[in-house]
Amino acid sequence: MLDSDLLYSFRRSPLAVASAAVALILILAAVLAPWIAPQDPTDVANLNLLNSFNPPLPLDGSDWTFPLGTDEQGRDMLSAIMFGSRISLIVGAAAVIFAVVVGVAVGLLAGYAGGMVDAFLMRAADVQLTFPSILMALLVDGVVSAVLPRNMHATFQIYVLIFAIGISRWPQFARTVRGSTLVERNKDYVMAARLIGLGRVRIMATHILPNVLGPVLVLGTLTLGLAILDEATLSFLGVGLPPTQPSLGTLIRLGDDFLFSGQWWVTIFPGLALVLMVLSINLLGDWLRDALNPRLR
Amino acid sequence: MPEVPTLEAQGISRLFDVSRPWLQRVLSHEPRLLLRAVDDASFAITRGSTLSLVGESGCGKSTIARMAVGLMPPSDGEIRFEGNPLSTARAQPALRRRMNMIFQDPYASLNPRWRVRDIVAEPIRAFSILSGGQAIAGRVGELLVQVGLAAADGEKYPHEFSGGQRQRVSIARALASEPDFLVCDEPTSALDVSVQAQILNLMRDLQQRLGLTYLFISHNLAVVRHVSDRLGVMYLGRIVEQGPAETIFHTPRHPYTRLLLDAIPDLEMVGRSRTPVGGEVPSPIDPPPGCTFHPRCPLANARCRAEQPAYTEVGEVQVACHAVAEGRETA
Amino acid sequence: MSLLEIDNLTVEFPTRRGVLRALDSISLSIEAGEVLGVVGESGAGKSLTGVSVIGLLEPPGRVAGGQIRFDGKRIDNLPYEAMRRIRGRQIGTIFQDPLTTLNPLYTVGHQLVETIQTHLALSESDARKRAIHWLTEVGIPAPAQRIDAYPHEFSGGMRQRVVIALALCAEPRLVIADEPTTALDVSIQAQIITLLKRLTRDHGTAVMLVTHDMGVIAETADRVAVMYAGRIVEIGPVAEVIRHPAHPYTEGLMGSIPSLEHRVARLRQIDGAMPRLNAIPPGCAFNPRCPKVFDRCRIERPDLLDAGVTRAACWLYDGAPANFRDVNVRGVNARGMNA
Repeated sequence: MLDSDLLYSFRRSPLAVASAAVALILILAAVLAPWIAPQDPTDVANLNLLNSFNPPLPLDGSDWTFPLGTDEQGRDMLSAIMFGSRISLIVGAAAVIFAVVVGVAVGLLAGYAGGMVDAFLMRAADVQLTFPSILMALLVDGVVSAVLPRNMHATFQIYVLIFAIGISRWPQFARTVRGSTLVERNKDYVMAARLIGLGRVRIMATHILPNVLGPVLVLGTLTLGLAILDEATLSFLGVGLPPTQPSLGTLIRLGDDFLFSGQWWVTIFPGLALVLMVLSINLLGDWLRDALNPRLR
Repeated sequence: MPEVPTLEAQGISRLFDVSRPWLQRVLSHEPRLLLRAVDDASFAITRGSTLSLVGESGCGKSTIARMAVGLMPPSDGEIRFEGNPLSTARAQPALRRRMNMIFQDPYASLNPRWRVRDIVAEPIRAFSILSGGQAIAGRVGELLVQVGLAAADGEKYPHEFSGGQRQRVSIARALASEPDFLVCDEPTSALDVSVQAQILNLMRDLQQRLGLTYLFISHNLAVVRHVSDRLGVMYLGRIVEQGPAETIFHTPRHPYTRLLLDAIPDLEMVGRSRTPVGGEVPSPIDPPPGCTFHPRCPLANARCRAEQPAYTEVGEVQVACHAVAEGRETA
Repeated sequence: MSLLEIDNLTVEFPTRRGVLRALDSISLSIEAGEVLGVVGESGAGKSLTGVSVIGLLEPPGRVAGGQIRFDGKRIDNLPYEAMRRIRGRQIGTIFQDPLTTLNPLYTVGHQLVETIQTHLALSESDARKRAIHWLTEVGIPAPAQRIDAYPHEFSGGMRQRVVIALALCAEPRLVIADEPTTALDVSIQAQIITLLKRLTRDHGTAVMLVTHDMGVIAETADRVAVMYAGRIVEIGPVAEVIRHPAHPYTEGLMGSIPSLEHRVARLRQIDGAMPRLNAIPPGCAFNPRCPKVFDRCRIERPDLLDAGVTRAACWLYDGAPANFRDVNVRGVNARGMNA
């Protein structure tokens, strides 16, 4: 019944349908990039300097094989964007999953146990909130580069990023879940479970968890957009993904040099892709939040 | 030889610390605030009978319900289940499953995300009464039919049922552990009158068929009259009158019991006017000294204001009232 | 001409699954100074009736047919401003929960004075004097001091007394009371009922008392309308409806109420449940559960028919009422015939 109400509300909202469609196209293009991209941008053999700085269609000098133009090394922008979106999405999604797992666990525990455990966990969340993701990334990055040998930096960078972004975003999930847990904990069905002697972990996992996940879905969707932006910001600042594994943020940074020398497309198109992706995900998240709300009335 | 009562409470009390957080207390020089929700209550329920505890809000009946089933330990006094201390009984699965509870709110007592068949099966699984999907499903079906639903209703979610039907599911779940003793915390207060009649009749049938013992909590005296063998009237944490239900209804002795019986709007009251007693139930945090009922009692004297009354036996009824002890009450 | 006339009122709620008819062509009237009880179980539509009269029907709910007339004039189609002037001055309201009726941020006196000044042209000091007078009337001790207290400083019963004062201070001719005692303790309920009865008698105010509690109706009302699935199934003098109910639903309802006076072996129960609004059977809404059902009940919906002293929407009474019931002349209110 919930699903059909949700579907009904979805069909009634043109914005939801449109943003879902856009998001779906972008996500599919990103996920399937290795198979459907016209060119593999990491394959050096593909590069031909003669193709460098081709403008996008329909400008003069453009080429059908490079619909969005090429960069300074002749790399196809469309493929670069598709692969870049893929990385951005992977980092963003992984970071959100990390934040959700940690946040939900902490929130459940804090809400159900109460007392000192609750106080301690929520103060930990507060402390975490004082460190924005950029700061976290720099911190973690610094630690990791001190520990690892140089040649391994690049391969680990993606995990560093996922960890840094994820760990800066778990407190919101913890707070939301804690609030819902506090409400559910006092309900009679939890008391009925306690009565037959079920352990606390079992009650939290089987009874309370399913009832607090609703807001998590909404928050997760919105956080996905934010996480992608976090990663783009970090990459743009140079502490994110390296040029060997460029995300959209990295692409924007690399193309930034050419913005005012005439080859604007090298930075603008990755930027547009980023905007479209985050916007459509955010709109979807907004709709989801509103659609799930009236049911609570 | 008298049989061991199924549940026996001796002098139980329960205190809640409702003080403000430590820092605020220290800064504003406030003392600790202790709420005495239950004060020295004693009762015994024999097997197969129903004891009802009745009273208005804040009288402590819900707290007693929680203590009787072991969800909360008493601050003082002792509770025994078939002669065993309750805490020991709760620690053993074999005894723990013999007691269960039915709750007031049909909308909060079933997990909205679970199907009914899982809700009812949970005690069966928790106590390993049966194993194997087939056997459990069969038993769940039986239980649902026993409470007046259909076996196929197990597939549904709670929100697909009405309030009365949800209470039936609650009862089915409580019966799943094959209990002997059920605490019923206002099971029909949230239901419409005609649905209430169905549920009360159902509970009566189940008691007769399965030999159940009930501790029935309610604020509705008419319902209580219908279901009880014995009755305890509570006021601000104390049981002020206790005894066979019919005797109390026929000849209420404690002034509060009389007030309650007079106050209830009743179908028979058509055309009659009443003279209600004034005042309201005082806050349990700061109860009046002596007999807590004295501010509202027409028979209060100086002794009532100073000294808490002990129980007086009047036939089979115990009454905590100085006026009764001194023979001052009017007929 | 009655003070309030509800004439074939229909209220609908359009939903994505179709239009739900929450009130289906109900008619009743209230005379000046009388207390009409509207009783029914959850979902029967009794609160909705009160809400519709006062014009507080929330969209998407809408009046889809019929009329509501107050003092002979239509009020169901009035513009906002005109309805606002009627509320409080002509028709007062008492809702169930005093905690949400009173604004926690303003003193009790402020709210009373505001209401008085809105509807009566009085100066601030005169309005305040009147507010204190009303607090005395409803039994608040030390009213001159308590008038400046905030709602949370009163107990539940005291708060409801303030709400009654608020409803009556502009001297309305009709008060709609929706479950005024349900949220209160039993011993307080009695006090509030007595208070309400006395005040409305003294000021000649009519009352529409909406509740599920038949005991409250028995004590307070002159006449009662019994509602089921958005329809009125019986209406008549309270003593008659309780002691000699004509409609099978009313009969079942009265039988299922446990009595304080004596204990029965088994309560009368009506099998099944009230139908949901989207699943109301054709013909008489009660027919699937009725012990006296026959064919016509399943096809045609009965209007309120003359059943002796009361009127009941039941095909059993189509024809000579004298064949079915002994008309009880003891204490019959002549107005019952014109209900």
